[in-house]
Amino acid sequence: MELQVIWFVLWSVLWAVYFALDGFVLGSGMLQNFVARSDIERRVVINTLGPVWDGNEVWLITAGGVTFAAFPTTYALMFSYLYTPLLLLLFSLIVRGVAFEFRGKVDDPRWKAIWDRALLVSSFLPALLFGVTFGNIFKGLPMDAAGYHGSLMSVLNPYGLVTGLLFVLLFVVHGGLYLSVKTTGAVKDRSVSAASAVWIPLLVVAVVFLAYTYPATHLFDNFLAHPGLLAVPLLAVLSLLGIKVFLVKGKLLPAFTASSLTILLVVATGVIGLFPNLIPSSLDPHYSLTAFNSSSSPYTLKVMTGVAIIFLPIIIAYKIWVYRVFRAPVTNQDVLDNKQAY
Amino acid sequence: MDVVILSRLQFALTCAFHFIFVPLTLGLSVLVATMEVKYARTGNELYLRMTKFWGKLFLINFALGVVTGITMEFQFGMNWAEYSRYVGDIFGAPLAIEATSSFFLESVFIGVWVFGWNKISRKAHAVSICLVAFATNLSGLWILLANGWMQHPVGYVLRNGRAEMVDFLAVTFNPNGWLKFAHQISSAYVVAAFFVLGISAWHLLRKNETTFFKASFKMAALFGLVAVILCGLTGDISAVEVGKTQPAKLAAMEALWDTQKNVGISLLQLPDTDNERNYIELIKLPSLLSLLATHSLDGEIKGLKDFPKDERPPVMPVFLSFRLMIGLGMLFSLLAFLAVLLSRFDLLEQYPLFLKLLVFTIPLPYLANQFGWIVAEMGRQPWIVYGIMKTADGVSKSITVGQVIGSLVGFVLLYGLLGAIDIYLLMKFARKGPDSDVSSLINPMKRRV
Ligand code: HDD
Ligand code: HEM
Ligand code: HEM
Repeated sequence: MELQVIWFVLWSVLWAVYFALDGFVLGSGMLQNFVARSDIERRVVINTLGPVWDGNEVWLITAGGVTFAAFPTTYALMFSYLYTPLLLLLFSLIVRGVAFEFRGKVDDPRWKAIWDRALLVSSFLPALLFGVTFGNIFKGLPMDAAGYHGSLMSVLNPYGLVTGLLFVLLFVVHGGLYLSVKTTGAVKDRSVSAASAVWIPLLVVAVVFLAYTYPATHLFDNFLAHPGLLAVPLLAVLSLLGIKVFLVKGKLLPAFTASSLTILLVVATGVIGLFPNLIPSSLDPHYSLTAFNSSSSPYTLKVMTGVAIIFLPIIIAYKIWVYRVFRAPVTNQDVLDNKQAY
Repeated sequence: MDVVILSRLQFALTCAFHFIFVPLTLGLSVLVATMEVKYARTGNELYLRMTKFWGKLFLINFALGVVTGITMEFQFGMNWAEYSRYVGDIFGAPLAIEATSSFFLESVFIGVWVFGWNKISRKAHAVSICLVAFATNLSGLWILLANGWMQHPVGYVLRNGRAEMVDFLAVTFNPNGWLKFAHQISSAYVVAAFFVLGISAWHLLRKNETTFFKASFKMAALFGLVAVILCGLTGDISAVEVGKTQPAKLAAMEALWDTQKNVGISLLQLPDTDNERNYIELIKLPSLLSLLATHSLDGEIKGLKDFPKDERPPVMPVFLSFRLMIGLGMLFSLLAFLAVLLSRFDLLEQYPLFLKLLVFTIPLPYLANQFGWIVAEMGRQPWIVYGIMKTADGVSKSITVGQVIGSLVGFVLLYGLLGAIDIYLLMKFARKGPDSDVSSLINPMKRRV
């Protein structure tokens, strides 16, 4: 396989894993205000995220770094064209990060209420903005020889917003399922109810998204050319339905696995439709940024392949170890026992 | 105001802000790891309490280091798209390697460290903070290799309208990057050492927990003395390197206008950029600069007039920052030496004035770090990549003045607020002193099922 294709795949995998991992952190952040009522319950929710949120966010940093190293032109144009949405995303991620750390540091209900509110907003906005951004990438950006012709308003088009909504609902369900696995008692029950309740609008929006994708984008071209690939969106739909099946049976861990799979498969559907484009031009396919015309030199890609082969297995190994160490649900007692907990 | 000036301002501001938190993270992680290893080895509860107290301050600082770091990564693409496109083939690699080799390690094991007190063995817990310390310092190496490449590009050819990497090993073993790393690491350790010394001094003045703070003081004093010596040595080598690779920067650092041999240093000196001369040059030490910059008494040093006007860095800020950094470095050596001496002979309480001085010294190493970066970055101007690309050519083409003003105002407000909260929290927990109750942690295996 060509190096550029390998790096297109790796680039896609990084984004997919990032969404599957940070998706439940963002979703739990959106749900925290609703499934947890007392201070100790809210701390439990935050402490289920404590050991993992930063490690999950690093997938985003790596996705950014890899875009820079493997597809520098795409990195440069994507980040500068989408300046304002990415700035809002950045500010939200900054606020979310400090909300975890700062909330518990002052013993005052008003202080904590501020950070609970901040966590809600700074979890919702990234979910929405990632969806809007990827919706626009699926659709293609208005760019040609003269540069970029879009604006913040043009990014907020109906298709972008539907994708945004899809991401928000998907992450809420994903977060609800994470919390139902990782908590006990009342918080667990409310998380289960939240996930089941939000699953219904998620299904509706997912259907709208799939139907709308046909007229709004060229994503289906690749699938029509190679019908075998249709298995991927089909599996995405099946795992989306699987979430509900497992929920009804009360099998929470399988339900969470199904929502993780749904996210991975939704991203896979998107990038298969995009290939070989990283960002299509909606004006003239001539100016689309592809894995071939925006990549680094073969030498750099070779070096980076070596780096990936060395480090990815190590990362995956210690990540699995950590999720195993912290696999038990977090209880009120755990939070009270650890003075360094959030 | 144009997009270039505004983007420069924004980059400088966000970098400088990131760099308030970075040095303490780099240094304090090493100190806390040392404390916990001592605890794991001896079981002495004092070291456990030290780990917990300094660890808490470490975490409050760490949070802002992390979130301001994400800004750095986004900004290359957002504001410096032309730059990113031109050099991404080389510059992207160290950034991606930094993320895969260091950020994952540090972010995963910081989680293990904070939340794993009752879940893993005492040894494994100490190992996790060691991994954090290792990873943060390793991340510094990669980012400084990236920066070192901008200062002294190696291992590339200009091809296909961009700089392409042809020799990864040359980029990885760029002496400029390794020198920066050595100098930066030691100056970060100076920050952490004086942070611990200052807070310990504050408590010793109030006779709080004297055993605890004397032990902390002793450890930080030795650490600080070693760091400050290394800082001077690596700084000296850096100056020679700068003279070889970036002569215009060296000339600006010393405000040297005419090319000369046997150049001395005037202790009192002030550059006059408009007239290409110095207002005053007093108390001259002959040949010293030649000696420092070329390691030979009659070494020739190029003056600013040998460079076209549009290829000279701004002289005044570079010159002043360099002087201040070195002046502060000398002050730190003296203080660190005294701190080692007095703590060694247990005389600290006899010299309350010295303790008070140390409290007020806490911010100075931070300042010295900022001055250092001003020398390194402003001294590189007008180049973004030395000799290859000018800063003005690196800026994004698609962004507007309005967008950058908007983001700049956003950064000032958000960073201002978060910085204030962070400093408030650091002071609150520093004043509060260590927790006396560590009972739930004495037996880490207690709750393991
Ligand atoms: C010599 C050290 C050094 C230097 C010069 C820089 N950083 Fe930094 N950075 C660190 C040392 C560091 C660190 C100590 O490793 C931090 C601080 C807190 C932390 O978690 O890691 C960090 C955090 C940090 C993070 C967040 C990592 C996480 O989420 O865990 C990112 C994305 C960056 N940095 C990126 C940058 C970029 C793009 C820089 C270049 C302008 C930069 N840093 C300069
Ligand atoms: C390796 C990555 C880095 C890159 C690509 C980079 C690039 C730049 C750029 C584009 C600017 C704006 C142009 C200008 O100098 O005015 C700048 C300025 C500056 N940077 Fe860096 N820099 C890097 C690392 C750092 C770090 C880690 C710091 C730490 C604080 C730093 C400190 C500064 C300062 C203080 C300025 C202001 C100088 C000035 O305004 O002229 N730089 N740098
Ligand atoms: C004592 C004698 C010192 C000397 C001779 C010295 C020399 C230098 C030189 C020549 C540079 C510019 C390197 C470049 O542009 O490539 C530099 C940068 C720097 N200095 Fe110093 N320095 C000294 C002390 C200090 C101290 C005490 C601190 C902080 C505690 C410090 C922090 C820095 C930092 C953060 C940089 C920017 C990073 C780098 O370029 O390595 N320095 N120093």
